[in-house]
Amino acid sequence: MSASATSIKGRAFGDRVLLALVILLSIIMIAPVLWVIGLSLKENAELMANPNSVFHAPYTLKNYINTIGTSSVFRWVLNSIIVSGGLTLGTLILSSLAGYGFARLNFPGRNILFVIVLFGLAVPEQAVLVARHQIFSMLKFHNTYHGLILPGLSASFGVFLMTQYFRAIPKELDEAAMLDNASRFRIFWKVLLPLTVPAQATLGIFTFLGAWNDYFWPLISATKKDMFTLTVGMASTQTNFAQSEGIGFLMAQAVFAGAPILIIYLFFQKYIVTAVSGAAVR
Amino acid sequence: MADQLTIRETAAPAAGVRVPSVNIYAPQWRNFVFVAPFLFFFTTLLIFPLFWGMWLSVHKADTFSTGRFVGLDNYVRLFHDKVFLQSVWNTFYFVLLTVPTLALIGLFLALCLNRRTRTAAVLRTLFFSSSVLSVTIVTLIWRIVYIPNVGLLSTIYGWFGATAPAFISDPSLAMIGIAIATIWWCIGLPMMLFLSALQQIPQDIYEAAALDNANRWQTLRSITLPSIKRTFILVIIIQIVLQFQLFGQAWLMTRGGPNNLTKPIVLYIYETAFRRWDLGMGAAASEILFVLILIAAMAQYLVTRNKGDQA
Repeated sequence: MSASATSIKGRAFGDRVLLALVILLSIIMIAPVLWVIGLSLKENAELMANPNSVFHAPYTLKNYINTIGTSSVFRWVLNSIIVSGGLTLGTLILSSLAGYGFARLNFPGRNILFVIVLFGLAVPEQAVLVARHQIFSMLKFHNTYHGLILPGLSASFGVFLMTQYFRAIPKELDEAAMLDNASRFRIFWKVLLPLTVPAQATLGIFTFLGAWNDYFWPLISATKKDMFTLTVGMASTQTNFAQSEGIGFLMAQAVFAGAPILIIYLFFQKYIVTAVSGAAVR
Repeated sequence: MADQLTIRETAAPAAGVRVPSVNIYAPQWRNFVFVAPFLFFFTTLLIFPLFWGMWLSVHKADTFSTGRFVGLDNYVRLFHDKVFLQSVWNTFYFVLLTVPTLALIGLFLALCLNRRTRTAAVLRTLFFSSSVLSVTIVTLIWRIVYIPNVGLLSTIYGWFGATAPAFISDPSLAMIGIAIATIWWCIGLPMMLFLSALQQIPQDIYEAAALDNANRWQTLRSITLPSIKRTFILVIIIQIVLQFQLFGQAWLMTRGGPNNLTKPIVLYIYETAFRRWDLGMGAAASEILFVLILIAAMAQYLVTRNKGDQA
């Protein structure tokens, strides 16, 4: 580039300012997490006496042992796995079937139905929560696994995603089979479904993550301690936070709950980022 | 259509015999079975509750009884309820605090990290990582940052012999405290959306600009920013829709206090419907939220519809 010496200098200076800003933002991202991990490794009495004690030994794993000793946490993790897993499986099945139906098959009223399903994307959860809660009360669905799973099955995002994906597959692939009079389900199962694995992964991870982190519906539906999901259970132990009693213990719980999802994120990063950004733009 | 159906039915038992080519894309009722399972859940758990909610909002109802018809009484009561009006204002204030900041920091990060180096990749991972955490963990982390005595903030201020601002208890700072935690939690998505927009700008435009001796500021202003204008609007709208639904952070960090100053609309709905069990009024408040979000969603639709016009 034919830039003069001063502009190169100016560029280097500008680069340094930008770099400093990015580093500052990175520290803001990471410092709170390190602080939490630090506190989780300290005895409570020592913390109360001097918060700066985080920076030096002795460290202890006592808080983690206490966390694991609290049997509720395992129950909540199990509940979260059942609810998120069930919802993910259900969403994948319903969305794949409906996506194939909307993309490839014709039936009376198909287009208007698809528009109605798309409209579902614009309905926020809060617009239906109160009524849904009342309906579930009447059906005695609260504090059950199906009570926690079912509402998520009505989300149209998966159908929208799968329809788009099926439409992108060349028609020639299944047209021949259709003319050969193979059953629709056979075509769906044998020919098309294997091609949708990337979309299944994206939708599956997105659904699982959303269900795992969901807070509002489990909060109002699962009111018994045994039926709490991890998110609600963790929130329930924070109530006596103000007395700053057992802060190290609370932090150990936070690490215990947050670490698995962060590790999963590191492994499936590409899919997760695609899923979340894709869902936002739709 | 009836003829085609009969051809199919009569021909089907004769396995292996090729049916004379019928229109395989003609509408048929049996194709409906593929969409029926989803439509069942969609209708019973989304469409029906949507209308049931509207119906509830004009009734005085509690958990088990449908109550009696009260017309627009719930809405009138809402607009006379100072706490509700406060919560509407709080929600707008929160959106104003978070959305522009998220868009600008997200854009800044995307511009800085849009390169193929390893460091940039690691930093992208870092800035998106908080987005996968649940609201419970995020609020736990930030309460421990803000808390007096052992908090990170008060420790850092302590090194300089100063007192940290009371982000949770000070009425004028509480919402800002929630906003900072939210920005920390949500920064990944805007950054990623901007990054994917930046990667779609054709490289040859930049090469042409370099040949024309354009400096970096000129390139940014006349090439990069105009090319991602649509994404910028999109990010703003998506964030408005998301942040309008503020609930967990406010409920877990401040319980809406002090003096209802951090109580957003969703928290008002939660308290009205599920703590005071005034379902009719809770439903009415959620209809108002629905309308507000629908307006933003419509704006998003209008922006995304013209996708083909601009890369």
